[in-house]
Amino acid sequence: MDAVYLTFVFVLAIFLGFELISKVPSTLHTPLMSGSNAISGITLIGALASLKTEHLGFAIFLSTLAVVFATINVVGGYAVTNRMLEMFKKKDDGGKK
Amino acid sequence: MSLININFVYVISAALFIFGLKMLSSPATARRGNLLSALGMLLAIVVTLLASGLSYGWIFLGMAIGTGIGLFAALKVEMTEMPEMVALFNGFGGISSLLLAWGEYHQKPEMSVFIAIVAFLSAFIGGVTFTGSMVAFGKLSGKISQKAVVFKGQHLINAVILATAVGAAVLFSLNPASGWGYIFFIVIVLVALGFGVTSTLPIGGADMPVVISLLNSYSGLAACAAGFVLSNNILIVAGSLVGASGMILTNIMCKAMNRSLANVLFSGFGSAVQATSGDGPEGEIRPATAEDVYYILEAADSVAFVPGYGLAVAQAQHVTRELGDLLEANDTEVSYAIHPVAGRMPGHMNVLLAEANVPYDQLVEMDEINPRMDSVDVCVVIGANDVVNPAAIEDESSPIYGMPIIETFNAKTVIVLKRSMNPGFAGIQNALFFRPNTRMYFGDAKASIQALVAEFKGSD
Repeated sequence: MDAVYLTFVFVLAIFLGFELISKVPSTLHTPLMSGSNAISGITLIGALASLKTEHLGFAIFLSTLAVVFATINVVGGYAVTNRMLEMFKKKDDGGKK
Repeated sequence: MSLININFVYVISAALFIFGLKMLSSPATARRGNLLSALGMLLAIVVTLLASGLSYGWIFLGMAIGTGIGLFAALKVEMTEMPEMVALFNGFGGISSLLLAWGEYHQKPEMSVFIAIVAFLSAFIGGVTFTGSMVAFGKLSGKISQKAVVFKGQHLINAVILATAVGAAVLFSLNPASGWGYIFFIVIVLVALGFGVTSTLPIGGADMPVVISLLNSYSGLAACAAGFVLSNNILIVAGSLVGASGMILTNIMCKAMNRSLANVLFSGFGSAVQATSGDGPEGEIRPATAEDVYYILEAADSVAFVPGYGLAVAQAQHVTRELGDLLEANDTEVSYAIHPVAGRMPGHMNVLLAEANVPYDQLVEMDEINPRMDSVDVCVVIGANDVVNPAAIEDESSPIYGMPIIETFNAKTVIVLKRSMNPGFAGIQNALFFRPNTRMYFGDAKASIQALVAEFKGSD
């Protein structure tokens, strides 16, 4: 039952994703990529939840490494996307910087 | 905090991700959208940390290292290096899904067949994403050859690798808790890492927009599979959003090159030595000096710049904008026409021009400018080649025949800025350069435009 429920969520999310992303203009495709990259750092949530005190040795090593990589993804992804989007300006306020 | 409450907060995070992506549909709201999405992530992290029994020491060590590296990279990277950066981050997303699946399996080897299959998918897709992205990163940053590396029996090797992966997956899923199960899992990980390399090496530099998009999609799908392993909704939702985004971009890029995904992945396009037999384009090359180009531009009522990867290589975006400003001051209508696959990743040119302060309402898409191209006085092609090659429309025997291009040849005059007459990525000569309305302005793009700016300033 659990598997069916999770698959249900998965299918709906895929359709929603297609719907949302197809409305993003090509001008913003690079920020879209780096931003969605940051979202894929969501594995951080899983990695955090798996770092339990009762685990030892190799399991801790794997999870900590997963935390490191996922955090790079999340922090770096959002920061660089923000930096890029800051630069997109309309004509009226283009010269003020 | 109880599990129910944590899951409730995850729903809010998912809603924030969705709103964030929705706001990316316009440059005016995009920045707030990104912040909203980041807020969703922060919320999810905080609420996860409230669970009991976590080893905070390791968590904070890992997060501190990751934050340091991530921030440093994000603040330091040049806009021209953005494709490499995104490739690298894609890879990190992939490896963390692999590690997550491995860690989960290591702790609880007693898995149902369903969980075992998704654990395999998470580890396999994650591994392929990781090494594939590393190869893409190497190619984009010039650390390894940008050329498509093809060797005999490549398809056979890839087929054997895939068959091994499927075989190991079946054996692993049937009995994950045994010692053999663990060995098969390790085999899967190694095969995935190898497959990432062998499947990305044969793809050439100019096809990178497709590869990055595809790896982007994989990193999302790997996270999604990891979500199934952990029975975690937020991983599934966020992962599928990213997976869908990558698939859409991959599709757009393939269409813009008029090629199927299979053709991009397997053909080693551009590496085959084109036996350019006899009938190359006819006509003669008309070189122009900075002064000639200045007079042409000075007299024009409308100018469209067509940037390509060469603009990024020469770092010519700022000086291009300076020239654009001078032209506007001279009452010339200026626009920037951008082909979907110009550069090394989707939207690459847009970001560079935005960095140089070009307002986004001056950037026009291919489909928008082509119908009114004959009313454009001058097209200035900066470091673009195949995306303006008329052979795509006229020459049925050309490898790029059928690819949509920016039809610069319909403009009254075309000025092509180019280093030399070397053919572009597709290895074919560009008939545009031999047209009667084309003038070639040879030299480094940045230096050439600087010379034009100097001409304009000198005339005042």
